[in-house]
Amino acid sequence: MLIRKSSDLRNSDVTPKPLYVNRRRFLTGSIALGAFGALAGTSRGAKIEDFKKTSYNAGDEKVTPLEAITHYNNFYEFGTDKEDPAKNATNFRTSPWTLKVEGAVAKPMAFDRDSLMKIAPLEERIYRHRCVEAWSIVVPWIGFPLNALLKQVEPTSKAKYVAFESYYDPKQMPLARWGGIQFPYVEGLRLDEAMHPLALLAVGLYGEALPNQDGAPIRLVLPWKYGFKSAKSLVKIRLVEKQPPTTWNLSAPNEYGFYSNVNPGVDHPRWSQAKERRLGELFRRNTLMFNGYSEVASLYAGMDLHKNF
Amino acid sequence: MNKLAKILRSPWTKIAVFALCLVPISLLARPLWMLATTGYSPDLTANPIEYITHYTGTWTIRFLLITLSVTPLRKIFNQPLLARYRRMLGLFAFFYVCLHFLTWFVLDKFFSFPEMWADILKRRYITVGMLGFAMLLPLAVTSTAGWVRRLGFVKWQRLHRLIYFAALAGVIHYYWLVKSDVRLPLMYGAILAILMLYRLAARQLARQPAAPRPVTTPNTASLPD
Repeated sequence: MLIRKSSDLRNSDVTPKPLYVNRRRFLTGSIALGAFGALAGTSRGAKIEDFKKTSYNAGDEKVTPLEAITHYNNFYEFGTDKEDPAKNATNFRTSPWTLKVEGAVAKPMAFDRDSLMKIAPLEERIYRHRCVEAWSIVVPWIGFPLNALLKQVEPTSKAKYVAFESYYDPKQMPLARWGGIQFPYVEGLRLDEAMHPLALLAVGLYGEALPNQDGAPIRLVLPWKYGFKSAKSLVKIRLVEKQPPTTWNLSAPNEYGFYSNVNPGVDHPRWSQAKERRLGELFRRNTLMFNGYSEVASLYAGMDLHKNF
Repeated sequence: MNKLAKILRSPWTKIAVFALCLVPISLLARPLWMLATTGYSPDLTANPIEYITHYTGTWTIRFLLITLSVTPLRKIFNQPLLARYRRMLGLFAFFYVCLHFLTWFVLDKFFSFPEMWADILKRRYITVGMLGFAMLLPLAVTSTAGWVRRLGFVKWQRLHRLIYFAALAGVIHYYWLVKSDVRLPLMYGAILAILMLYRLAARQLARQPAAPRPVTTPNTASLPD
């Protein structure tokens, strides 16, 4: 069951209406076009036509307008203002691209730009996305479960964690030097977290290939964790034995933990995590434990989540 | 020079400066109207409340720094009449900080005093920000000529030195708020440091009467800085 406590989650009548109506029209169009179509090209904004709908749907939630999802981004490689990535990532080259999966695996693999889209059957999953800065959005991602990829490479018994690395090229990302964090951006998960069916590798949103500013061509999506865990523009996935370093944790270990699960009970030192502002809504709403995805709770059974924040 | 003095003395100049100080807030009008009518304005980003909070906060710091640059400019260019604009600029800093505070208190805290207190006590960037705001309150209240008389000039001047600390609080508030890109808060901090160092240097020089240099005009030395 995906959407819990629907009573807490409604009251969102302020989603910009024109955009919402646009989206309706757009979705109807894409459904009409899609269904049996072959996979279109994979350049930015290209329609992804072959994906299936899932039970991870919006439920009572209103999907955030595409305009907000693509013009309010934290992608420090392209500048630290929310509007920066939309402006500065337009010429980001995502082709050719190579994603390597390696480390403690029996079958290391590498995927180029086109094969990324064929690792596993694509599906649409509408997830809540909660930023550590206490704002949130609802995104119709297109992708496939991370575990589908991990199973293909066959992790060995030494694989305890999964390390992720984002693309970094100072020439294409000249503003990164002002970001105040280390690049390339790195993230990590425990293997059992990475194998959880909720963990997604996204290649698109709103029926299209991922826009550059949202982490083209492939990114992590971990809806029960703060947004920064969902590393963008992945070039390397490495199965490892020890807990890998993670970028924001390196930058401020007292503010950003390795786990960084959404937890209204554990404040960020500088702001409360009890509430969040859903983009498009006027007042803050309550933040839910694990962002409402209680199915992940068993991963952390017996752990002190105040200590392992 | 005489021409400049004439301009500075003109009531029209004052009106023009007043109008200029309203430009930042008036720039919000169109995007806000668009937000109200269509539900979205790209100028205000997808998070208009945060945008407006940051916008009014930034303009508060800018107006504080503009106010603090009046005295150095007045002395460096020997334009005593510039002092006539200082009160208005300071009050505009207060105007923008009120908008900044209200955006936060109304739209973020929804008039909840307990929540506000919890934040003030718990989060250092809010603690220092509120401290700065609190320091500006008595300055706004005592900004009238009547209050200068009532307090006496020396006491009034001493009280109004609080603006140095309010500006410092504003810069620290901003510095503590940003996650990792500290360029802008550091830039404002550097400007504040220059303005304060000027005052320190001017004071040191004024204390050396034996120094063989042209004496500054007496009327500027007696004005508050």
